[in-house]
Amino acid sequence: MLPEAAASSRAQLPLIHPLWVRVTHWINALAIFMMIGSGWQIYDASPLFRFIHFPSAFALGEWLAGALLWHFAAMWLLVINGIVYVTLGIVTGRFRRKLFPIRLRDVIRDVTAALRGKLGHDDLSVYNAVQRLLYVGVILAGVVIVLSGLSIWKPVQLKYLTAFFGGYDFARYVHFFAMASIVGFLTVHIALALIVPKSLRAMIAGR
Amino acid sequence: MSPPRKSPPGVDPKLLIKDAAKLLPQSSRRMFLRGAVSLGALSALTGCDIIDGPTSENMLRKISTFNDWVQARLFSETTLAPEYPESAITRPFPFNAYYSPDEAPDIDGNSWQLEIGGLVDNRKPWTLAQLNALPEVSQITRHVCVEGWSAIGSWQGVRLSDFLKMIGADTTAKYVWFQCAEGYSTTIDMPTALHPQTQITLKFDHQILPRAYGFPIKIRMPTKLGFKNPKYVTAMYVQNNDAGGYWENQGYNWFSGQ
Repeated sequence: MLPEAAASSRAQLPLIHPLWVRVTHWINALAIFMMIGSGWQIYDASPLFRFIHFPSAFALGEWLAGALLWHFAAMWLLVINGIVYVTLGIVTGRFRRKLFPIRLRDVIRDVTAALRGKLGHDDLSVYNAVQRLLYVGVILAGVVIVLSGLSIWKPVQLKYLTAFFGGYDFARYVHFFAMASIVGFLTVHIALALIVPKSLRAMIAGR
Repeated sequence: MSPPRKSPPGVDPKLLIKDAAKLLPQSSRRMFLRGAVSLGALSALTGCDIIDGPTSENMLRKISTFNDWVQARLFSETTLAPEYPESAITRPFPFNAYYSPDEAPDIDGNSWQLEIGGLVDNRKPWTLAQLNALPEVSQITRHVCVEGWSAIGSWQGVRLSDFLKMIGADTTAKYVWFQCAEGYSTTIDMPTALHPQTQITLKFDHQILPRAYGFPIKIRMPTKLGFKNPKYVTAMYVQNNDAGGYWENQGYNWFSGQ
């Protein structure tokens, strides 16, 4: 096929991801990457678990002060972009259309199919039940990680939020496990994007 | 930093080990980025030093200054840090510094004086006995370290806002700067200095402040991270210029409020 013909046939493909989804997705990818990298370095200064230490090769910011500067800079990108994404997701009806309903029997069916390697991705415009569950889950994890982060950052000015998360020390664990679930999500998400490259193309070109 | 050779009584050596070693820069003074595999790869790929270089340092410092402004807006002079029962006090309360406890200043309380300077009517220095004669306030609050850990302590002393008024300090000035015996220093904003829980601390848990915790005085502010709570204080200046501080000058956020 001539390049022009290929381009025109691609243009006729239905639009899977509107521009705002793609832009916020990649900004979020950059922000979360900086937050996790710097967060690991900050964690290492006072680990919650003796057996978990993040290699400094994966950390952002050469020492604690640098990591903190990155963390509290990237948080603005994460939060502002996240607010734009969630607002548009609700207002445009995309969340309702794409992510709901999530039925238990569909989840069981799709998990079973996925484990057998038989969960298809023929139609990228429709999310299967596992995807819906994971996408809703990671959005919620995003909300928890931001709120628990605020409660650690401002345990006096936002003391009621900190109390909601079980106090300063407990909120650190909440923040950690929210990070761990996001990292778990990303592992699956990135692996699948590489296994199904057309999904990666759709998130870049929209189709 | 090697573990301390000798611990002051009542201080758990295990807690000492986690002191400020981790606060210190590693090998070089280029502090912000190297070591990030993926971002390092990105800068190698693009051949530019946006990530690992002065560009990013400048950007990060500017955002940190912006965050100072945001935190000053978030700060409320009437919002009090939570107080805890005596049973919640962390025992032993950790020693924390960038040196080991036996290197901490060993100050003679009889000859020590608190030097007062700057925009203050009465710059007469204060002796420990004079400070001890002032009305005492008490708090059991959480000390939060910039590293992430926290500990609850019991502090008694003089409310700093009362003291500033008594010496005729210009409380419309922007900053209060503290100088410490070992060369440590920090500058705080006036609203924090006037916060009702900001205290010239003379005692820990109703005992004379131990050397490990800053004898003869520390400045306790539960609205700021631990490193903004100076120990072994020898001078206090009320002024309109930001004199920075030991950790602040090395890249830690200036306001560091809670």
